[in-house]
Amino acid sequence: MIEINQMLPLPVLLPLIGAGFALAFGRIRSAQRIISSVTLTLVLIVAGILLWVADAEGTQVLWLGAWPDGLGIMLVADRLSVLMLVVSSIVTLSVLVFAARSDMDEGREKAPVSIFHPTYLVLTAGISNAFLSGDLFNLFVGFEMLLFASYVLLTLGAPRERVRSGSTYVVVSLFSSILFLLAIVFVYGAAGTVNFAQLAERLPQLDSGVQLVIQLMLLVVFGIKAAVFPLSAWLPDSYPTAPASVTAVFAGLLTKVGIYAIIRVQTLFFPHSPLTDPLLWVALATMVIGILGALAQNEIKRLLSFTLISHIGYMLFGIALSSEAGLSAAIFYVAHHIFIQTAMFLVAALIERAGGSTRLDRLGGLASNTILAVMFFIPALNLGGVPPFSGFLGKVALIEAGVTLDTWVTWVVIGGAIVTSLLTLMAVLRIWNMAFWRQRPEDSEAPNRRLPVDWLFSASALVGVTVAITFLAGPIIEFTERAAADIFAGAYLTAVADAIGAVGL
Amino acid sequence: MTASLFLVIAGAVLVAAGLYLFLERSLMRILAGLLLAGNGVNLLFMAVSGPARLAPFVEDATDQSSISDPLPQAMVLTAIVISLATCVFLLALSYRSFQLDGHDEVADDIEDAIVRRRAEADLTSATFDEAEEGVDHDTDLAEAEAEAEAAAKAERRDAAEAETAEEGEAR
Repeated sequence: MIEINQMLPLPVLLPLIGAGFALAFGRIRSAQRIISSVTLTLVLIVAGILLWVADAEGTQVLWLGAWPDGLGIMLVADRLSVLMLVVSSIVTLSVLVFAARSDMDEGREKAPVSIFHPTYLVLTAGISNAFLSGDLFNLFVGFEMLLFASYVLLTLGAPRERVRSGSTYVVVSLFSSILFLLAIVFVYGAAGTVNFAQLAERLPQLDSGVQLVIQLMLLVVFGIKAAVFPLSAWLPDSYPTAPASVTAVFAGLLTKVGIYAIIRVQTLFFPHSPLTDPLLWVALATMVIGILGALAQNEIKRLLSFTLISHIGYMLFGIALSSEAGLSAAIFYVAHHIFIQTAMFLVAALIERAGGSTRLDRLGGLASNTILAVMFFIPALNLGGVPPFSGFLGKVALIEAGVTLDTWVTWVVIGGAIVTSLLTLMAVLRIWNMAFWRQRPEDSEAPNRRLPVDWLFSASALVGVTVAITFLAGPIIEFTERAAADIFAGAYLTAVADAIGAVGL
Repeated sequence: MTASLFLVIAGAVLVAAGLYLFLERSLMRILAGLLLAGNGVNLLFMAVSGPARLAPFVEDATDQSSISDPLPQAMVLTAIVISLATCVFLLALSYRSFQLDGHDEVADDIEDAIVRRRAEADLTSATFDEAEEGVDHDTDLAEAEAEAEAAAKAERRDAAEAETAEEGEAR
């Protein structure tokens, strides 16, 4: 009789095995595509099952190897983890459908063995490991897996531009890895364990100065990953030069892994010291400076990178409030934003194909391509927070949670959130005006190549998902409320204690 | 918990040296910094694992105080393997950068420089109001951008020449 928690390693194991097979079949491109698609579909199915089970029966815990005495690592899937797993599986699968063609276009003359598919699968494995891991070092390993895959994907084919911006990204990420290791050293030295559940018991007993140092180090590490201001300057310099599908996955997922780690650390280890005021100021700065950066850009992908940074500020706002309502709104916003940002980047790739460039001064007149125009306009309104879309709903939830807290700092941040939303709308409408609405400038070439069907299919699937979130927002917010209630009630710790009891400490 | 002072100081010195090298331009020096910092962190792991005792492979070791703490050792091994892979990747990246540009320096971002020039020249970005007579924001912008790109490239070339001149002098 297979217990359901034994499915927990599958989202990590399946992509790794798939990566091995994809590497073995490196010369047969069609075999690689089949392997990747099948693997990611299986991962999506497993994630869906885990979502169902975690919601119906509570947090699932698996002690790998069933070592006695609380040794070894564990995988934990509570409602937050499974929601992130499902969202990431949907996104990686859609972007794979999108990427398969561009891989075909780029790949044939370059390297004889295509490394795109194996690396993409390792990226998925790393993301799943980060979401499921139950201890700090396994989280580090998950981060390293996804960072390494991202180094390779970012510099794919190694033309000059990618090597240049890839170097920046690699150095910044290596720095954050060194800091993460240092933080783990401090944690182990102070508490004698790296397991989340055991740390949640031991860390509050330490000296408050030591706790603060550990908390700040972990926040800095995950802040670099999540592109929180002032640690965000690496993102607009590196993400836009990657292949279009790769940028879409990175923008959608990698920063949110950092946000997930911040949520875990803040709620598990330091529920008594949530650093509300400092984090609120940081969130405000991220929101406002991100969007002001977006308004200064002339190129669509850089503009979207800045809006990505800006909306990370919203999620940090929800986390900083450290209330159930705030956390629930932040989790909803994370799920919404992953889909929206990925969809916008895929549409930017479509714009590049239809218009020949992503620079706003060389584009124009794309509104004649009705499908493309609709596929841009709907996510643009969603991102800008226009009712009735899910962006608006997420922002309302965040603002409601902020109003409940009712300090003057919160009111300032709420004002900043509203201003940011309006400026986001201004930024995306600028793209709409310059790329779609106005006449094409005379001096730019008009390739107007036909858009490939599978690109249109996967991009519109993601846009459809963003619209679906709007309709399903009720059940989704109820789910995130249950997730937040669980986190604040310590369901994670009770589930782990039960699992330890079952194994036999 | 008792810690060996020497390990702590050595680890701290290595991490400091490594992070100082991280601020360099050349990718090879950043790699050297990464290796130093990585080794420093590994030394710090050893420092927090307590005093040296027997190897943690003793059979029937129910008495945990007689063997060294194996968990930091496992973490160090993982970190070493990750540093190895990172080293290989950075070497490949440096070599590729050298193939393309003749140097392996981490360059400034062009778009950043363009935006900065635009701000200094106090030009407005292209607005919704395209129908303004006689004011062609797009051309001004394109000119300013071309200027900024050329200036940025010249800057980089000057910086590279200055560095090679310095290195020539130092040698």
